[in-house]
Amino acid sequence: MNAALQATLEFWKLYWAPLLCGVAVVAILPLIVGYIVLVERKIMADMQARLGPMRVGPHGLLQPIADAVKLLIKEDIIPENADKLVFWLAPVLSVGAGLLSLAGLAIGPAFQIAEDVNIGILFVVGISALGIFGIVLGGWASNSHYSLMGALRSSAQLVSYETAAGMALVSALLFTGSLNIKSIVEAQSKEGIWFVLLAPAAFFTYLVASIAETNRAPFDLPEAESELVAGYMTEFSGFRWSLYFLAEYTNMIVVASVATTLFLGGWLRPFSGVSWLNFLDFAPPLLLIAIGAYCVLRVTKQPTRVQQLFMLAVAGLCFVVALVLAAPVVLPVIKPSLREALAPFYAGIHGGFWFIFKVSLYIYFFMWLRFTMPRYRFDQLMRLGWHFLIPLSIINVLLVGVALIVGAYFHLQGWGLLLVTTPAAILALVAAFLILAVEKQHDARQDQTAASDFYAG
Amino acid sequence: MLDKVLFYFFAGIAVASAALMVTRRNVVHSAIFLITALLATAGIFLQLRAEFLFIVQIILYVGGIMVLFVFVIMLVNLDVALQQIQFARQKWVALIVALALAGQIGVMFWTSGKMPGQGLPVLTAVAANRLPLNSEAVAKNLFDSYLLPFEIASVLLLVAMIGAVVMAKKRA
Amino acid sequence: MLPIEHYLFLSLALFIIGVIGVVTRRNVIVVLMSIELILNAVNINLVAFSRLYGDVAGQVFALFIIADAAAEAAVGLGIIIAFFRNRETVLADEMDLLKW
Repeated sequence: MNAALQATLEFWKLYWAPLLCGVAVVAILPLIVGYIVLVERKIMADMQARLGPMRVGPHGLLQPIADAVKLLIKEDIIPENADKLVFWLAPVLSVGAGLLSLAGLAIGPAFQIAEDVNIGILFVVGISALGIFGIVLGGWASNSHYSLMGALRSSAQLVSYETAAGMALVSALLFTGSLNIKSIVEAQSKEGIWFVLLAPAAFFTYLVASIAETNRAPFDLPEAESELVAGYMTEFSGFRWSLYFLAEYTNMIVVASVATTLFLGGWLRPFSGVSWLNFLDFAPPLLLIAIGAYCVLRVTKQPTRVQQLFMLAVAGLCFVVALVLAAPVVLPVIKPSLREALAPFYAGIHGGFWFIFKVSLYIYFFMWLRFTMPRYRFDQLMRLGWHFLIPLSIINVLLVGVALIVGAYFHLQGWGLLLVTTPAAILALVAAFLILAVEKQHDARQDQTAASDFYAG
Repeated sequence: MLDKVLFYFFAGIAVASAALMVTRRNVVHSAIFLITALLATAGIFLQLRAEFLFIVQIILYVGGIMVLFVFVIMLVNLDVALQQIQFARQKWVALIVALALAGQIGVMFWTSGKMPGQGLPVLTAVAANRLPLNSEAVAKNLFDSYLLPFEIASVLLLVAMIGAVVMAKKRA
Repeated sequence: MLPIEHYLFLSLALFIIGVIGVVTRRNVIVVLMSIELILNAVNINLVAFSRLYGDVAGQVFALFIIADAAAEAAVGLGIIIAFFRNRETVLADEMDLLKW
C-alpha cells in the first residue's frame, strides 16, 4: 500500500504541470469558442452590411455568455427510438477527440501540454481525426434519415480528404525530417523561410482539405440546412448540441494550429532571422495599445453606465496585455544588460502572440470563405477530392522529394531552395489540373446517372 | 508501477470490449467495441514505447479502416439484419476450437518452460530512456533493411485498391 | 515493461475471442471485424517482443500487418457491398451461390 502511495506521489510530482494545463484548456476553451462564434457573427454581419449581435453588452461582447446560458438550460431531448447509449456517447467523443488533440500542440516554445512528443504532429492529426466517430455515430443513433445522410456524407468526405491532407503534411515534413513540433518550427527558423513558400502546393491542399475535414462551408454538406435540416445534429438539442458545436470549433483551432506550425512558421515572428526587421517586435504591443485606445474613444458612445464601464474594462485588458508584450522588448532597449535574462520571456510571450495571431488569421480565412462561396454539390465535392486534391498531393510529395535531392546536390539552403521548389509546385499544379481536365471529359462522356452518386442520396 | 497500472487498464478494456464486440447483436455496437479494443491496443503499444505504431494504429486502423467499416455498415440495411439470428449454429465448434487453441498454447508454455534454453525469454528489456527515438528508428528499419517488403506492401495496397473499386463499382 | 507473459496472454485472449467471432457470427461484417481483431492480437505479440529485444524490426512487421489489414478490409468491404447489392443480405450462410 505504501508503495502505491509513493508511486502516486511520484506521478503527481512529475505531471502536475501538464495536468494543470490540461484542466485550464478544458475550462477556458468553451469561452474562447464562444468568442470565436461572436467574431464570426460580427464578420458575417460586416460582410452583409449589418450590425450583428448588439444587445448583450457593448457591441454584443457578452453575447457568448448569454448563448451558453441559453443552451445549458434548454430541454435535453432524446428521440424515442434513438440508441440511447450511442446518442449519449457521440457528442462526448467528438469533443473529447478535439480537446485531446490540443495536448500535442505548442503555443509558443514554452506552452505545450505534452512536451517533446516523438510523434508530435501526427498525434495531433490522428487524434483529431477520431472526432469523425462522434459525427457518424451521432447521426446513426438519432434514428433519423436526415441525420444518417449527414453522417454518411461526413464519413465519405473525411475519408476522401484525410488522404490529401496527410499527403500535404508529408510533403512539408520532407523539409524537417522530424515529427516533433519543436523541431518542425526550429527547422523553419534555421532555414529562415516558412514552408508555405517552400511547399505552396502542399499548403493549398491542406487548406482545402482542412476546410472539408472540419465540415465548414463551402464543404458543409454533412449539415447542409437546405438539404438535410441540420445533418447529423438534427436530433440533438441543448447541451449535446452545444458539445457538437464546441467540437467543430475546437477542430477548427486544431487544423489552424497544425497549418500554422507546419506551414506558417509556428511561433516565429515574420522574418525572425533578419536583424534589421527586429523593430517588428514592437508591433504586437503597439497593435494592442491601438485597440485599447480605440475602445477608450468609444466609451462616450455607449448608451448606459454599465456598458461604458465594460468598454473601459476591455480597454484596460488590452493595455495590460500590451504591457506584458512590451516588457521583454522595451526593457532591453533601456538596459541592454537585461537582454540575456529576458530572452526566454521574449520567446514565450511573443511566440504565443504570433502563434495565436496566425491561427486567428487562418480561422478568419475560413470565415471569409464561408460567407463568400456557395455550397458545393456532393458529387462536385467528391470530384474535387479524388480527381484533383489527391493526385495533386501525391504528385507534390514526389516532386518536392526530387526538388530536395536536386537542392542538396547544388547545396541550396533557405531562400535558395525556392529555385527548385517553385518549379516543383508549378509542375504539380499543372499535372493535377491536367488530370482534372481528363477526368471531366471522361465524366462528360458517361451518361448522367454516373454523376448522381449513391452517396449523394 | 505506472507501467503496471497502464497495462492492466488497457488490457482490461481491450479484452472486455473484444468480448462485447463478438457478442453484441447490433453491428454498430460491435463496431464501437472494436474501436475501443483497437484504441486500447494502441495504448498497449504506447506502454511498450512504440509511439509510431501507436499513432499508426490510431490513424490507419481506427481513423481509416474503422470509418470504412462504419460507413459500409450504414450503407447496408441494418433494420432487416437486426431481426435475424446473429449466431450461426456453430457455438460448440467455436468453443472446441477456442479451447483447443488455448490448450495447445498453454501446453506450449508449460513444456517450453522446462526445457533449458527453450522457454520464454526471461531477459529484462532495455531501459525506456535508452531506446532510440522511435519514429526515426522505425523509418530507418523500414526504408533500409525492409525496403523490398515495403515495396511489395505498396503493390499489395494498389492491387487491393483496384480490387475494391472493381468490386464496389456499379454495373453500367 | 512487464514480463513478456502478460503481453502474450493478452494477445492470446484477443486472438481466441477473434476466432470465436469468426466461427460463430453470421454477419459477414462482424466476421471481418473479428479478423481485424486477430491481426491486432498478433501485433501486440510482435511489438512486445520488439520491446523486449530492443529491436525495431518487430514494429516494422506490425506496420506491414496493419497495411495488410487495410488491404483486406478494403477488398472485403467491396465484396460485401457488391454482394449486398445483388442479394440484399450480409449473412454468411446465405452466400450460397457457389453451392449446387
